[in-house]
This record gives sequence, structure tokens and C-alpha cells, in this order.
Amino acid sequence: MGEELKVIVFTLAHEQYGVEVDKVKTIERIVPMTRVPKTPDFVKGVINLRGVVVPVIDLRGRFNLPETELTNDSRIIIVSVGELEVGLIVDSASDVVDVDEDSIVDPPEVVGGIKAKYLRGVAKIHSDQLLVMLNLQEVLNKKEIVQLEVVEE
Amino acid sequence: MEMNQYLAMFIEESKDHLQSLNENLLKLEQKPDDIEVVQVIFRSAHTLKGMSATMGYQDIASLTHEMENVLDLVRNNKLAMNGGIFDALFKGTDFLEIMVQDIIDGGTGKADVSSVVVVLQAIVSGDFKNQGANDNKSSSSFGQEMELDEYQFSVLEQSLDSGFYVYYIKVSIRDDCVLKAARAYMVFDVLERHGEVVKSSPSVQEIEQEKFDKYFTVYYLSKQEEKEIKQLIVNVSEIDTAEIINMDKETLDQIVKKDYSTTNYEQSSIIVHNEVAATAQVTTTAKAAPATMNRTIRVDIERLDVLMNLFSELLIDRVRLEALAEEIKRNDLSETIEHMSRVSSDLQNIVLKLRMVPVESVFNRFPRVIRDLAKSLDKKVNLVLSGEETELDRTVIDEIGDPLVHLLRNSLDHGIESTGDRIKAGKSETGTINLRAFHSGNHVFIEIEDDGRGINRDKVLQIAIKNNIVSPEIAQTLTDDEIYRFLFAPGFSTADKISDISGRGVGLDVVTTRISSLGGHVNIESRPGLGTKFSVQLPLTLSIIGAMLIRVSDEKYAIPLSSIVETAIIESSRIRKVHGKSMIDFRNTVIPVIAIDELLNCKRDKKEIKVEHEIVIVRKGDKLAALIVDELIGQQEIVLKTLGKYLVDMFAISGATILGDGQVALILDTNAMIK
Repeated sequence: MGEELKVIVFTLAHEQYGVEVDKVKTIERIVPMTRVPKTPDFVKGVINLRGVVVPVIDLRGRFNLPETELTNDSRIIIVSVGELEVGLIVDSASDVVDVDEDSIVDPPEVVGGIKAKYLRGVAKIHSDQLLVMLNLQEVLNKKEIVQLEVVEE
Repeated sequence: MEMNQYLAMFIEESKDHLQSLNENLLKLEQKPDDIEVVQVIFRSAHTLKGMSATMGYQDIASLTHEMENVLDLVRNNKLAMNGGIFDALFKGTDFLEIMVQDIIDGGTGKADVSSVVVVLQAIVSGDFKNQGANDNKSSSSFGQEMELDEYQFSVLEQSLDSGFYVYYIKVSIRDDCVLKAARAYMVFDVLERHGEVVKSSPSVQEIEQEKFDKYFTVYYLSKQEEKEIKQLIVNVSEIDTAEIINMDKETLDQIVKKDYSTTNYEQSSIIVHNEVAATAQVTTTAKAAPATMNRTIRVDIERLDVLMNLFSELLIDRVRLEALAEEIKRNDLSETIEHMSRVSSDLQNIVLKLRMVPVESVFNRFPRVIRDLAKSLDKKVNLVLSGEETELDRTVIDEIGDPLVHLLRNSLDHGIESTGDRIKAGKSETGTINLRAFHSGNHVFIEIEDDGRGINRDKVLQIAIKNNIVSPEIAQTLTDDEIYRFLFAPGFSTADKISDISGRGVGLDVVTTRISSLGGHVNIESRPGLGTKFSVQLPLTLSIIGAMLIRVSDEKYAIPLSSIVETAIIESSRIRKVHGKSMIDFRNTVIPVIAIDELLNCKRDKKEIKVEHEIVIVRKGDKLAALIVDELIGQQEIVLKTLGKYLVDMFAISGATILGDGQVALILDTNAMIK
């Protein structure tokens, strides 16, 4: 047995994904967002999180998945990685599970349309379900904001 | 590790002590015979030594130890300060700063300090040689016991290093001897002829007064062999025996460690005392400098930020409550909320004040910088500080240091003339640089004024033309002020040759960039032959600013009042197209019109055709522009927030704020809109 990881499970385009619980600050319902001009489409804006201004990105947009209307189940998962604090819009956040670190295997090239570099690996939970673990470092890579901007202009 | 919790404290206190070392060394340099100041320096060094030894930073401890040795001699009037000693002590302080900085940066605080240590030791041992004879007579001051103090110990240690033998000698005089003192004197006489007595027990005075039984002991330095010394002593009449122990480093260490550890223990328990004594001294010498011994606590700046955040949330709720009370219209509710508003605005004042720090914390490192610089330039200069108590927001304080150093260096290097030139010009040999800080309205001014040669207007203009910053035609029409402004152009330098200090053309442009990023600006005044004044204007605080709220489409933005010239309503017909760009005539100048909705890609359902537009005239330096907005909502004090580390270098956005309804509004950076 490797180390037990506590993981927050959320869904995005009918797939289940996970982020480590210690990287998650809070999970919020959708609140009004203030658009920030001249940013990539997936940057939905900034929100007021108890007095702190936090940028929010749409994970669907980030992974080039088709964006859908926000629903009652939509959530903003506030993650903090290093000095970065960012909200991620997901279709729903459902569960916290324990994942055995040893059971995480390298991801295949593409999972549900998401490139492998954004993924940490795939873990098995509840004996029959697969959970795709995100590599937040890459998901929040600032360089890609800048590059996308250049392409846009 | 358990030490970690003390580390922050150690760092803070070390900084304080280093500061005090620097300051007092400078003070001492002015008045080299002021033993009082030496005492203060000694205590700082001593406390620093104790703290660093406790924390396990041996290099700091050993360096401070050496400095302490020198200072100890000075404070006991055994050594007069001179330039060389000052330089060595300053250099030592520099090393200490480097090591402390290393610790702050997470390092081990180790450094190769041997160069300074050698110099310091040379000072101590050099002194010892001149001092040997005196030493005997004054050795009673070192106490009755045969214990070595640190100074004597280091003397012995260094003598061992430089090839002397160190002997511990016990001389017994015969029981039947009548003139014990005379015999003892003869022994000392013999010993002095072949070496030096470092310490005797009982003291020389007591021996002279025959206040000893039938033996006395000495620590003795000599190049002679043990046997020869013994022979010399025994040759004196009526001497019974002379026991000689040849001490090597190890035995010496053992002896000393024994009493070292006890003294160390005493010292550490006395530190508190010392500091109390030091503060007492400050108040007694308070005539010179007003005592700043306020009762204070140290608070992590992050906690203040949290407090600020919490407070701004409270502000938002207050605005909401006020709106609700308006709807409900119940008297007692309105009254309560009114009271709450008053309390919260008092609270706002206090919270903002908490972040204010006197500029002293920046200024106090300048005397040292100027001293070193003046020395290396071989100029004489007097730096006069005033208004150190002026307070500025902590964030401004952190940023302002480097730009000010640049300006000071500039004044010293380019402003103040060489001593020869000054005498020729009929000025006093020593130049003066005034560094002042003062409040005025919502701003703090910091002025750097020198009495040097002033700015050579024509030379600046020549170089500006040569560097294609300005065309010769326009150059004719420029005012002095506009010409001085070229000094801030990137890569601009009037220096004929590049010195270490300035002349590379980097510096002044960095100064303006840094200061304008703080929302301030720099003005230059200069009179040829009489001097130059750089005046830096800074906002009082960066955390709350006055802003105009505007609406564009359905988005709200804030524009800082500092960049707004005025607001106006203009008819659409007045907007003209010039080379495809919209312009308007405004107070006799033609200025560009910027449609914010297009610039920021605001969504609009349908393009309305308007007869009139509300505009905000904004300024960047002397350029103006008109921003078209849909609505001017009104002026408001806003709390500045960053967008965080994820969204950086956003176009035309300098930050965000939270409005009364809890929504985030972005703050426009109008400088980015004006090309």
C-alpha cells in the first residue's frame, strides 16, 4: 500500500476527475463574475471570495471541450498551487474519496479529449470506476495564457 | 526544528543591532572620543554575538567577538579610534549584514570573514605591544581572581599563533623574606625584560602593597625557553621556587572554556539588563535625538493585510445595510447603522494607520551609503536628514529605498563638485546633501537637494539632440523643466566617463519608472552653480485611493482620480475622424477619443446611436485623452486589490476593487490607453 490520498471528485463532460484535497481551498456555488478584458475565453473573470479577488477559469474551455450553460450543479473549486489561487468551474463536485497512491497509473495520450500533460494519472476507485487525476501545475500554467493571447490577437 | 520559531525574532533583532552598529559607528566617526557611543556599539556587538552563538551561527559570533575585542580596548581607553579601525569595523559590519541576509534568504549564515578577522586581530595585538607596560599597572581592573577575560585570552591566543610561549608561573617567596614586595618587584622586572606579563594574581598594585601571602601567579609571554625563565626567577634572592607550566592552545582553551562558560552564562542573563541600561542611556542622551522608545509590538505584515481584507468586507456590508435601512425606514435601525458607520470610519483610519511606517526605516541606511560613496569619490559631503518621522504606507516604504539611493548617488557623483572645484567656486569644502520628507495634503514629498554645481542645461540639450531624443528645432522651444526631464530618458548620461557609481545612463530612468509605478512622480529644480533639487511626490497610501466609478455597457470600472483631469459631456458631432482616428477639440487642443467599450471588447446587444457622450479626460504626463463611457456613477474611496498571481500584466487593468454590492470592479490603467 502506498500513501492514501484524499481526493475531491468532480465531473466534467461526463468524466470523473480528481484533485488532491490539500490543494483545494473551498468549493463555491456559481457567483456573479466580473469579466476581465483581453484574456482567453476560458478565463471567465474574477470573483469576490470573502474580500479576496480570485480569477476563475472554465475547465471545459481550458481543455478545449465544448462549453455548456452553467447549471444548478455547477461549482467553482478554488484551488491553490504555490502562489496561485484560481477558481475552476466544473459541471459538479460530488465526492471525496481515498486513493491509494500506488494505484495511480500513467495516463494514456488523451483521456476524454484532454491531453496527457494536464493529467497526473488515472486511479481506480470503488473497484470499477476510473478517476482521472489532474496535474494542476500544468492546468494553471501561466505561459499558456500568454500564448493563447498572442494567437488570439 | 525548535529553533525556527526564534529565527524570525533573531533576524529582526539582528537587523536592529546591525542598524544600531552602523548608526553609532557613524556617530563615533564624528566624535571619536565619545566613550558613551562606544559603549552602545559594544553592547550591540555583544548582544549580536550572544544571539548568534545561541542560534548556532558561529561565523557571526566569531566575527562579532573580534569586533568586540577591539571595542573593548577602545572603551577602556586603551586604544584610540582611527581611520583604519573605523574601516575595519565598518567592513566587519558589512560582513555581518551579508551573513544575516544569507540567513534571511534561507542560507546557513556562513561567510569567509578571515580577511576582516585578521585586520581586527592585528589591531588588538598591535595595541597590546604598545600597551604591555600599562597593562600591568591597570590589571587590577580585571578583577582579583586569576581568571582571564576575553581580551586577555585572545591576546594569549594570538601570541601563541605568532610564536610566543605562554607560561603560567607560580612564584613562591621564602617564608623568612622581609621585603616580599621588593622581591616580587624584582621578579617582575626580570620577567618584563624578557617578555610580557599579561596578568598577575594578586594584581600588581596589591603585590606592591605586599597584599599577598607567600606566592603569586602570572600569565607570561616570552620567546625564552621554560628553563631559562626558571633560572632567571630563581636567581632573584629569597625566591623559594618557581613552578612553570608551559601552556599550549589546548590547555589554554580548557582554562578559558571553564570560565568562559560561566561568564557566558552570566552574560546571557545580563543581556536583558544591558538592554535596559541601553534604553536608559538613550533617554539620558535624548537631548541629541528625541527618544523613540515607544511601546510597540511587532506584527507580521500579512496579518495587517488580513485585517485590511476583513475590514473592507465590513465596509461592503455597511453599504448594504445602509441601503436596506433606507428601504425599511425604521428610525432605530437607521440610527444604529449611522452609529456603526461612524465607528467603522474611525476603524478605517486606524487600520490604515497601522500600515504606516516612518520613512526613518529607509533613511537610516543612507548615511552609511553616502559615507562609503564619498570616500570612494574622495569628496567631502554632509548628509542632513530631516522629517524622518514622516509616515508612509508600508508598501511604498518597501519600494522607495532603491530609487532614493539612485538619486542620492546621482547628487553625490554629479551634483557635488570635487573638493578642489568647490574651493575654486568659493564654496565651503564640504558639500551638503539635504534629504527631507514631509506631508502635504494627500501626498508625501521626499526632497533630495545638493549644493553642487547644478545641471548644465546646454550639455543636457546637446546630448538629447545627439541621442535623437529631441529634434534641434523643438529644442529651441523647450523650458528648463522639459530639458531636465531628459535626464530621466533611458540610457541618458551626461558623465564624460563611466564611474562605478553612475554615468552608465541606467538609474534615473529606473527611478521615474519605479516611482510612477507607485503613483508618484519626480520633479527637478536646478540653479547653475548653486545646486539641484529632486522632489519625489508619493501617495500617502496605496491601499485606498479615490476613484471615479464608470459604467460601460453593463460593466463597471474604476478610474483613479489621480489620472483624471475632468469629466464632460460632448455632442457626437464634435468627434471628428483624423486619419481614421477619432479626435475632439478640447480646450483648444486636439485630443484623441477612446471608446472604452471597443477597446475592452465589451459585449453590446445593439449599437445605440447617441447624440451626446459622457467623457472622462485622463492624463499621462502632459498627454491627454478622452474616454467615452456610458455613465459616470460617481466618486468613491476604493480599496485596492490585486488580481492575484494568475492574471498578470493584463492590458489596461491595474487591479480590482470590491464594490458595495459585493461585485468586483476592475481598475483601469489609463496610462496604457494613451500612446
